[in-house]
Amino acid sequence: MTDYLRPRTLDEALRLAAAGRVVPAAGCTDLFPATQAPALAGPILDLTGIEALRGIARGPGGWRIGALATWTEVARAALPPAFDGLRAAAREVGSVQIQNAGTVGGNLCNASPAADGVPCLLTLEAEVELASVRGTRRLPLPAFLTGPRQTARAADELLTAVVVPAAAGAGQGAFVKLGARRYLVISIAMVAARLEVADGRIARAAVAVGACSAVAARLPALEAALAGAPAGEAADRVVPDLVAPALAPISDVRADAAYRAEAAVELVRRALVRALPRQEAA
Amino acid sequence: MTAPLSPLSLGVNGRRVEVLAAPGRRLSEVLRADLGLTGTKVGCDAGDCGACTVLIDGAPRCACLTPLAQAAGREVLTVEGLDAAGFAPLKAAFLRHGAAQCGICTPGMLMAAAALLATNPRPAPAEAEAALGGVLCRCTGYRAIIAAVCDAHRRPLPGIPPAPGRAVGARLERLDGRPKVDGTESFGADLIPEGALLVRAVRSPHHAARFAFGDLAGWAARHGVRVFTAADIPGRNAFGTIPAFADQPALAEREVRLRGEAVALVAGEPAVVEALDLAAFPVTWEPLEPVLDPAPALAGGRTVLPLRPGNVLTRGRVARGDPEAALAAAARVAEVEVVTSFVEHAYIEPEAGVAWMEGETLVIRACTQAPVMDREETAKVLGLPEARVRIIPSATGGGFGSKLDLSLQPLIGLVALKTGRPARMVYTRAESMASTTKRHPARMRARIGADAGGRITGMLFEGVFDTGPYASWGPTVATRVPVHASGPYAVPAYRAETVAVHTNGAIGGAFRGFGVPQAAVVQETLFDDLALALGIDRLEFRRRNALRDGVPTVCGQVLRGVGIGACLDALVPHWRRALAEAERFNAQAQAQAQAPGQGLRRGVGVASCWYGCGNTALPNPSTIRLGITREGRIRLHQGATDIGQGANTVIAQIAADALGLPISRIDLVGPDTALTPDCGKTSASRQTFITGKAAMLAGQALRRQILALTNRGEAARIELEDGCLVVSDGQGAARIRLAALPEAGHGCVLLAEETYDPPTEPLDADGQGAPYAVYGWGAQMAEVEVDLALGTVRVLRITAAHDVGRAVNPLLAEGQIEGGIAQGLGMALMEEFLPGRTENLHDYLIPTAGDIPEIRPILLEVPDPEGPMGAKGLGEHVLIPTAPAILNAIRHASGARITRLPALPHRVRAAIREAAG
Repeated sequence: MTDYLRPRTLDEALRLAAAGRVVPAAGCTDLFPATQAPALAGPILDLTGIEALRGIARGPGGWRIGALATWTEVARAALPPAFDGLRAAAREVGSVQIQNAGTVGGNLCNASPAADGVPCLLTLEAEVELASVRGTRRLPLPAFLTGPRQTARAADELLTAVVVPAAAGAGQGAFVKLGARRYLVISIAMVAARLEVADGRIARAAVAVGACSAVAARLPALEAALAGAPAGEAADRVVPDLVAPALAPISDVRADAAYRAEAAVELVRRALVRALPRQEAA
Repeated sequence: MTAPLSPLSLGVNGRRVEVLAAPGRRLSEVLRADLGLTGTKVGCDAGDCGACTVLIDGAPRCACLTPLAQAAGREVLTVEGLDAAGFAPLKAAFLRHGAAQCGICTPGMLMAAAALLATNPRPAPAEAEAALGGVLCRCTGYRAIIAAVCDAHRRPLPGIPPAPGRAVGARLERLDGRPKVDGTESFGADLIPEGALLVRAVRSPHHAARFAFGDLAGWAARHGVRVFTAADIPGRNAFGTIPAFADQPALAEREVRLRGEAVALVAGEPAVVEALDLAAFPVTWEPLEPVLDPAPALAGGRTVLPLRPGNVLTRGRVARGDPEAALAAAARVAEVEVVTSFVEHAYIEPEAGVAWMEGETLVIRACTQAPVMDREETAKVLGLPEARVRIIPSATGGGFGSKLDLSLQPLIGLVALKTGRPARMVYTRAESMASTTKRHPARMRARIGADAGGRITGMLFEGVFDTGPYASWGPTVATRVPVHASGPYAVPAYRAETVAVHTNGAIGGAFRGFGVPQAAVVQETLFDDLALALGIDRLEFRRRNALRDGVPTVCGQVLRGVGIGACLDALVPHWRRALAEAERFNAQAQAQAQAPGQGLRRGVGVASCWYGCGNTALPNPSTIRLGITREGRIRLHQGATDIGQGANTVIAQIAADALGLPISRIDLVGPDTALTPDCGKTSASRQTFITGKAAMLAGQALRRQILALTNRGEAARIELEDGCLVVSDGQGAARIRLAALPEAGHGCVLLAEETYDPPTEPLDADGQGAPYAVYGWGAQMAEVEVDLALGTVRVLRITAAHDVGRAVNPLLAEGQIEGGIAQGLGMALMEEFLPGRTENLHDYLIPTAGDIPEIRPILLEVPDPEGPMGAKGLGEHVLIPTAPAILNAIRHASGARITRLPALPHRVRAAIREAAG
């Protein structure tokens, strides 16, 4: 006997989500590690049979990343340079095995402060699409991620897609991850950046830091300071006062808070250099 | 929403199968338990180790993270299907390169590699690293695995077997390797007898607490299970590794002293027991203030174990000459305090096994490093005579010292004894990490003095070792460290004192090197201090002070076959090259106009080791039985557990050559306490030396018997052909028809049994004596790159010169070197076990395939007069120099003098800042 539901359509999934408390499941790369049992305890709503939640596609309003898109699919997707950071992050999520199973939607719903996908999606102004039998709504990612392991998803809602608006697809993205070993590592800190450069000057900068606050955070003060700056000076403009106010790092088994604060500044510099158009970085 | 199960259909290794199991069940469980495909291993159930990697529609996935429902309708490939899928050459490459040691990660590695090779048949090493990055290996150091994957496209001709008498020294593939790559090797969890009860332990969530049980009988009846507690233990509920110190209960009584200590067992039908919520078990805890630091434990802190008020387990001491006077007169004195962490063995196989009754005999088949000690201690706990306990070691998926101690043997033994049913238990990763032993954390202070010419004049060393609540191997660490803390150097005036202190931390036990790796960090840091202060090249400084034949050790022992000088000499050209390369790199980096404290810097460091093989000044014999059957096979009763290090091959090589017959004629028997004589523990780098010597003596004895039967001299040649032994020399050939000989026992017609116990002398109150009969020697050089702004360290290369006396099997010896280096690198840079906080393999980090640099092993052979054919031990030596060599290289690169291990980025960054002033 089991409480394991694997619907084939979104409508059916939404009805099941509305009918009673279920745990939505996709790649299961966070659900299984949370238990030592040989089977997932129900009721599980396994979404992986729903074809409509797959795929990464360009639409009129921007890019739509289906909730079930795996990190491997993100890494291999044909996407403009603004997504280079996201694609790099996709290759850093856990291991190849995890990337083949874990999904973008699951990563966001799990809401780990160290989720590798989040900083990049923040710099891409991503919105999440939430569906329920009551209807569909969209939330900016910062409004969706309300705290460590906390989201704005209602119990009867399912995250169906991540949408990157067309305007955010401009420029060059980059991602830098810091961990104590090469593979399969939870980040000490990571930074995503996206720069739009015109005529040698930064037209727009989007920078986000992960694992240095309860939820990954954009750096508005730094972004404002970078706007209009000569692209070649991007890294030089990064000073601690423009980074620290947005962060609240903690000490844990991976690093202490002071180091995280300092490393975040350095990582921001490196991410900005990588996000420069090639000739500017030289 | 609950519906009856309906069968799910999936393809497994090209066959369509229907499975009636819960759709949310881990695919790993379904493959192993429902389909009997136990080649897929489970190491963590969390996606952290990759041992369970299978291919689903060609893509590698962790079977432990895949619900059965998601495999339905898809094609699953497991290690059992590799040959049919065309990957036999990959498996052959693994054997050729020594890429499988214990074999527990091998199926996962093979599957990850197969996915890569399917699209990229000739990968570059970096591509292989990336593809294997999700599978952890604790034995090999990955380099052999990467080499095998990159070489899998080749189809080399089969090697020529060594001629009789020439097995020693040959790069033989391991004799027990085939099942490891086939997925048929049977580890502790792989035997799942029909009808076996599943056993789970109820464990303490507190570091220290008193506890009381509620209504056990009611709870057990309600759930249809049996419950066992300390009250059910028929014998003496105190086991240990050293009889005089036996103090650890199999199940705690009234008080728990560490997180993860077992207080009760639940046994029943697997489906029932696996579904139980043990958090609801009727036990109430009254937490006690835990003692988690040795300093307060020594300074009047609460007594952890009533047996030892004051919390001192034992002390160790070696003293020679007048070190205070020597330091007062020294031209330079260097001083340091170093603090190290608990280090977890992190073998990929959690403890597992099955116990059952065979008549009056309790049989326990579990992973272990010490079958005979398992029998003694389990018999004692269960109140049985030893003759009624039989230990059959399963294949052991890594041990490194921790599987010396009992873990689940008395637990499953108790259930089997009480119920008469087979009882099976598999530790979760969390309970393995919480409840089993660790490397002792140490707080060590030392001062070393040198004269103006760079000769060491004296050394003072003090070390406090956190041994946790129970003795385990704490006494051994306390004894070994003072004997070895000088390093392999001539130190004329010396005093080293250690104390092993009880706390409520994890149990400090045996881990490759027994405390010596910690102490080596202290001594080698100070050697760099002194060399720098005196303006002497750091390698030259060590060569000047290297111990030599005839120069007494700090124990006053005068040795022959001292190989440290040869090891240091072998590094000289590499050292010069590496220093020049680092200098060039750093000049370039400096020239790039970067802000101070920015950029990459390279550095080179060197450190040495020596290590006594076998128990410290205590008997530790091994016995080998060797016979010839009527059919003309050689039967080697080999009681030494091969936990991946290679005893099954090395002991056979030595026996074959001593006997003078081809190794291909040998069949291995055992280990099994009912079949094989005692070869002691796989510990203390003793098997090649001590069991090897017993094998040599047994081979020689059997050879003498054969020669005596034919009246031939020592130089005669022995051959086996057509059921006959043919002995020939200048007088011609004599034949012994084996079938005509009477049975000599154990199914053999000719039989020899020999015991060897190394000659040692007890240590006096000042630690003077002859603690070991044989030592091994080594020196390693690390080249690293430090990111100054982030404090991250990349090890670029390790050159490792080790004197093994005689390299019985260079392929396996190099495997030991690479694996030891990987563990030393982990200890240096990332491994820190914090009880209650890092009980998994994502918070506790061990190196991945991307963290191990190129390793250049250099095997040196300075024969030991006592070792078999000159051989010395190697297994632990290889780990000792790695951490100090890396730390000294970090300092050379960045100025950062690291005194707190591991050198995590934030610690390196802080040390860089401190060095910059």
